[in-house]
Amino acid sequence: MKKMKLVMVGNGMAGVRAIEELIKIAPDLYDITVFGAEPHANYNRILLSPVLAGEMTLQDIMLNDVDWYAANNITLHLNKKIVKVDRVARKVIAADGTEADYDRLLLATGSNPFMLPVPGAKLDGVITYRDIQDTNAMIEAAGKYRNAVVIGGGLLGLEAANGLKLRGMNVTVVHLMEWLMERQLDRTAAGMLQKTLEAKGLAFKLKTQTAEIVGSEDGGKAGRVTAVRFKDGAEIPADLVVMAVGIRPNTDLAEAAGLYCNRGIVVNDTMQTYDPRVYAVGECVAHRGLAYGLVAPLFDMAKVCANHLANFGIGRYQGSTLSTKLKVTGVDLFSAGDFTGGADTEEILFNDAVGGVYKKLVLRDNRLIGCVLYGDTVEGAWYFQLLRDKQDVHEIRDHLMFGQSHLGNSGHLGQNKAAAMSDEMEVCGCNGVCKGSIVKAIKEQGLFTLDDVRKHTKASSSCGSCTGLVEQILSSTVGGAYQPAEAKNKPVCACTAHTHEEVRRVIREQHLLTIADVMRFMEWTTPNGCATCRPALNYYLLSSWPHEAKDDPQSRFINERAHANIQKDGTYSVIPRMWGGSTSAAELRRIADVVDKYKIPTVKVTGGQRIDLLGVKKDDLPRVWRDLDMPSGHAYAKALRTVKTCVGSEWCRFGVQDSTNMGIDLEKDLWRMYAPHKVKLAVSGCPRNCAEATIKDVGVIGVESGWEIYVAGNGGIKAEVAQFLCKVKTRDEVLEYAGAFLQLYREEARYLDRTVHYVARVGLDYIKSNIVDDAEKRKALYARLHFALQGEPDPWRERAAGAEAREFELLEV
Amino acid sequence: MSAVIKPAAAVKWTRVCAIEDIPQLGARVVKSAHGNIAVFRNAEDEVFALLDKCPHKRGPLSQGIVFGRKVACPLHNWNIGLDDGNAVAPDQGCARCFPVNLDGGMVFLDLS
Repeated sequence: MKKMKLVMVGNGMAGVRAIEELIKIAPDLYDITVFGAEPHANYNRILLSPVLAGEMTLQDIMLNDVDWYAANNITLHLNKKIVKVDRVARKVIAADGTEADYDRLLLATGSNPFMLPVPGAKLDGVITYRDIQDTNAMIEAAGKYRNAVVIGGGLLGLEAANGLKLRGMNVTVVHLMEWLMERQLDRTAAGMLQKTLEAKGLAFKLKTQTAEIVGSEDGGKAGRVTAVRFKDGAEIPADLVVMAVGIRPNTDLAEAAGLYCNRGIVVNDTMQTYDPRVYAVGECVAHRGLAYGLVAPLFDMAKVCANHLANFGIGRYQGSTLSTKLKVTGVDLFSAGDFTGGADTEEILFNDAVGGVYKKLVLRDNRLIGCVLYGDTVEGAWYFQLLRDKQDVHEIRDHLMFGQSHLGNSGHLGQNKAAAMSDEMEVCGCNGVCKGSIVKAIKEQGLFTLDDVRKHTKASSSCGSCTGLVEQILSSTVGGAYQPAEAKNKPVCACTAHTHEEVRRVIREQHLLTIADVMRFMEWTTPNGCATCRPALNYYLLSSWPHEAKDDPQSRFINERAHANIQKDGTYSVIPRMWGGSTSAAELRRIADVVDKYKIPTVKVTGGQRIDLLGVKKDDLPRVWRDLDMPSGHAYAKALRTVKTCVGSEWCRFGVQDSTNMGIDLEKDLWRMYAPHKVKLAVSGCPRNCAEATIKDVGVIGVESGWEIYVAGNGGIKAEVAQFLCKVKTRDEVLEYAGAFLQLYREEARYLDRTVHYVARVGLDYIKSNIVDDAEKRKALYARLHFALQGEPDPWRERAAGAEAREFELLEV
Repeated sequence: MSAVIKPAAAVKWTRVCAIEDIPQLGARVVKSAHGNIAVFRNAEDEVFALLDKCPHKRGPLSQGIVFGRKVACPLHNWNIGLDDGNAVAPDQGCARCFPVNLDGGMVFLDLS
């Protein structure tokens, strides 16, 4: 089949991102031609400010060099401005006469900076701030001249002013409004920002309107700027004037081609203009009446556009919530959403003028709708996520201001502020990645997302406890281009655009029973998925349709396939089940005999009150299990692990309940229960809580009058204290409430979510409404759990008797 | 099926198993003088053989999840190409691969 022709006009970040996304998902669909008016390939326009400030070079900010286009078979025309689109003949024509035919046209013409229509605006030394040429002009002027005036106290103006100051000029910022960055900051935060910048040596003139730019006469010809005069008659000297008063979508080409424009090229949710063959993305676009000037929404548009160009047609762009980060070294500032509020909103404020920290959170109907952070932006990414996900925050309202502190508390020197870390300090303790290498990778590889950083540096890719730090580093390095992923709409993996929730719903509604069926029905883009989605699908199928869906061992991680834990040298560990942590002389003798017989090098007591046999060869496993003659401990599985218990009232002089037997009963009731992740329980016989029940998925604590049940605790990467669910009187109630809670988790959580993550998302109120307040639902959940577990075999016993033998046998030649 | 090219005379095929002995999207381990060799079978019934050591930290690739023409190492989830042993970018490294011959449902390796 002959390929269709795709022509792109404009070679900026939004357009090239769309092309990148397109060739990722449909590499062979189009012959692609790109026209760029600038002489450069695609660079990161957001990082022009660090270039101006001398913190980076042009080479540092290139995103796609000329070789990239060649390697992807894209015809690139640099320095060629398209002057005409002929929609009838379906071709574009450049100023130099170059023509290109198209089947699909992508307009990414960007925007033009707005010039104030004041006298003198055309003088030498009056420039805007938009591209490499402007940046170079400023750098050059800074070498020759003394006084600079920046008109416009917005994001771009302040970054330009900061850069010029760092290059040695006297800089005055002139701003029409009452405070700086009025679209991103409230008055208080702007005041603090101004103070910080004044301390850096910048001067400000607020509420000031420019009347005229004064220049030297040079024989009737306009000469160079010498001063700026204001409405009130005042005048300050200027050798360089930078206009940063806003941008205007560049719609000239589209308008001339007869495409409907209204403050931007008007597009629908699939980024098509009124001519459906013609797409538009980026700053030139007006979508639902809005034009965007920050890069993150442009990337969202690019993704949707690519999806539609690839004929997938499932993506829609529905507008973006914006967040802002100022790229001025030493200034920590973050704002997002609607922070001005109104009659129906509430504010939570934190203001420490001396310490230089200001935080404002704006809420409506128990949802965060905006925030401004100054001086401490650690929680910016978290607030932004709450805001985008429209999460109900009433349960966490009392500590919302103090942040999620989701930064783990292990593995990175106790640090939780990336800005305060030096380049050599370790961010990711799992993979030994320091801050400097992350920053370097972001700059050199042009990374924008957490996933990119994980792939290239491995930071945050193992236990994830440093995710918050990595997000901070990303956001301070690429500025507004970084947007935390929308947790709610995150696809399962790169094989699909569907979320975990969508997959679960479809499996239920369509009664799908195999992984292949799910992939076919939901149009997976890969033939048999990947190591991320297959285990998730296998779990969703088994948990939705117990006794109907068939387990696929090849879609399980090796530990669940071999029913033992793989170790770094390829041997396995074996942990037999000891109900409630209780054992006997006979079991201990058998364990000792197995250790001798199979020459098992290490025997260790685990944190969950079991005995771990380490260094077992894989082909010995079935015989080890046979000789042990104990049930599988499932220490290798996303399943019920252990129920840890204290001694309890049988022996302990403080014990008020029989915690050991309660634990044994719970463990027998829940044994062989697979789950989205591992599940750990503990039962303590009195509030001294020797079994540490308050850091377990389900913790039970005996009191004089019954049992207290706690849920969603965690003792791992980030210690999380379990939350009180309810108090019950009897052993049977403990079994029913704990089982029902875990069944709810099994049915609704995303694969690899621990209970703490699941409950954080749905809220404890939701759990209570299902488990505590609604006896019928609770009983139904508990019944479904028992239905799923009934007849489930002991995997060790089966394999000791010869099942799945080839999994454990080596081939000899 | 393999990137290793040798003169025909140097090839000595050793029968290791029937293709049915390897689970689809799975692997078996063959003991050899070179050390353990992982023999993979994918969904299209293509068979590949790699030294059973991930170029990263020597994890046993035979124990990984197989998908498309790749395997994910069970230790740290590096993805290794089955047809050439190369790690998928941005990771770098290569596991040695062995020529495979399928004949009449039997799998032969060149272990010379």
